[in-house]
Amino acid sequence: MKSSFIIKQFYGDIPDAGSGNQTSNHAASKNDWPLWEVFIRSKQGLDHKHVGSLHAADAQMAIENARDVYTRRMEGVSIWVVESKHIHASNPDDAGSFYEPAKDKIYRHPTFYDLPDELNHM
Amino acid sequence: MNLEQLEKAFQDKIDQEIKIEPKDWMPEAYRKTNIRQISQHAHSEIVGMLPEGNWISRAPSLKRKAILLAKVQDEAGHGLYLYSACETLGISREETINDLHSGKAKYSSIFNYPTLTWADMGAIGWLVDGAAIMNQVMLTRTSYGPYARAMVRICKEESFHQRQGFEILLTLSKGTAEQKAMCQDAINRWWWPSLMMFGPKDTESTNSDQSMKWKIKRKSNDELRQNFVDMIAQQIKFLDMTLPDPNLKWNEEKGHYDFGEINWEEFWNVVKGNGPCNKQRLEARKKAWDEGAWVREAAKAHADKKANLEKTKAA
Ligand SMILES: [Fe+2]
Ligand SMILES: [Fe+2]
Repeated sequence: MKSSFIIKQFYGDIPDAGSGNQTSNHAASKNDWPLWEVFIRSKQGLDHKHVGSLHAADAQMAIENARDVYTRRMEGVSIWVVESKHIHASNPDDAGSFYEPAKDKIYRHPTFYDLPDELNHM
Repeated sequence: MNLEQLEKAFQDKIDQEIKIEPKDWMPEAYRKTNIRQISQHAHSEIVGMLPEGNWISRAPSLKRKAILLAKVQDEAGHGLYLYSACETLGISREETINDLHSGKAKYSSIFNYPTLTWADMGAIGWLVDGAAIMNQVMLTRTSYGPYARAMVRICKEESFHQRQGFEILLTLSKGTAEQKAMCQDAINRWWWPSLMMFGPKDTESTNSDQSMKWKIKRKSNDELRQNFVDMIAQQIKFLDMTLPDPNLKWNEEKGHYDFGEINWEEFWNVVKGNGPCNKQRLEARKKAWDEGAWVREAAKAHADKKANLEKTKAA
């Protein structure tokens, strides 16, 4: 085999010629069912945690699909689904200034206070 | 920030092992590389259901049937985790799937080999899932957050796949002469294609550096392949079978097994679409997609109708 045939393999034996080159910024095409974000409470007493997303025609289907996709091994006792378009997020580019106010307030942490070692239960 | 500064800040983050998340700035090539890799990984999970699906109705017992069904269902789940990770990069699900069907996107060549006997279910679980695990464990540390998280979930599920496969072979290896022969035959057929799953030799894959620099990939093809050989060469002792490679030998000095040369001509042939089942696999996927069209449309129509009804009720 001539080495001119050999192109970069990013994932094992999968050739990469000409694939995945288009990115479109319309994340949802009009034929796709809407995208839902899935949150799962792994056990009573714990918070729901984001686990991923899936497509479904409506909320009920989203919950049923979430059960099949994300809880095949009893990973959850409760499922929330939210249509992805309803999620609003902070902008990572502003993270620096956005979280600035908390940065210099080290006195909010218990370790800021220098107390005698002998002092117990505090 | 100009492009150069953005790129530098991006690389700094990677170097500090800070994960890249969907809304973070990233170089266009990083986005494309991830879209390509994640979607092809997803396609591999989905197409990978076909060779095993072939044996669900013919499993030798109800127990084996239930196990195989659960495994194949897991692979569907893996495909879905990966498709949704891929979508976070701004490509639609439909587009991704169209790329598979048009042949533009590929999937792992291993799934273009046929499953001829029940022992193949054992060999696939042990060798094919085993090789995939090697790669996927590495990818739990990949730099793109959603991909890494999908991999963590997948790896948790994979170990059952490998164990059930080994158990099938272990059972056969203790069976009748015919069963033993079937076990050895499956190992013989799946061994070399499994080694091919790691891709071409490092000396022949040209642009691997960028992927390593971005920490999308963290070990080279040859490194992973060697780890795999070392692992399997030990495990096969429990089966009392042999690997079909006369050159397989422990190398004391290197602390690794030496092994023979892969048939690269076969490798490239299957990659280019001329494997035993390439055509059949793609046709099966397209058929499933086309025949499911009415379900997708009906569910959408039903959801729209319900939503409209609620709107009029509220008004
Ligand atoms: Fe998988
Ligand atoms: Fe698997």
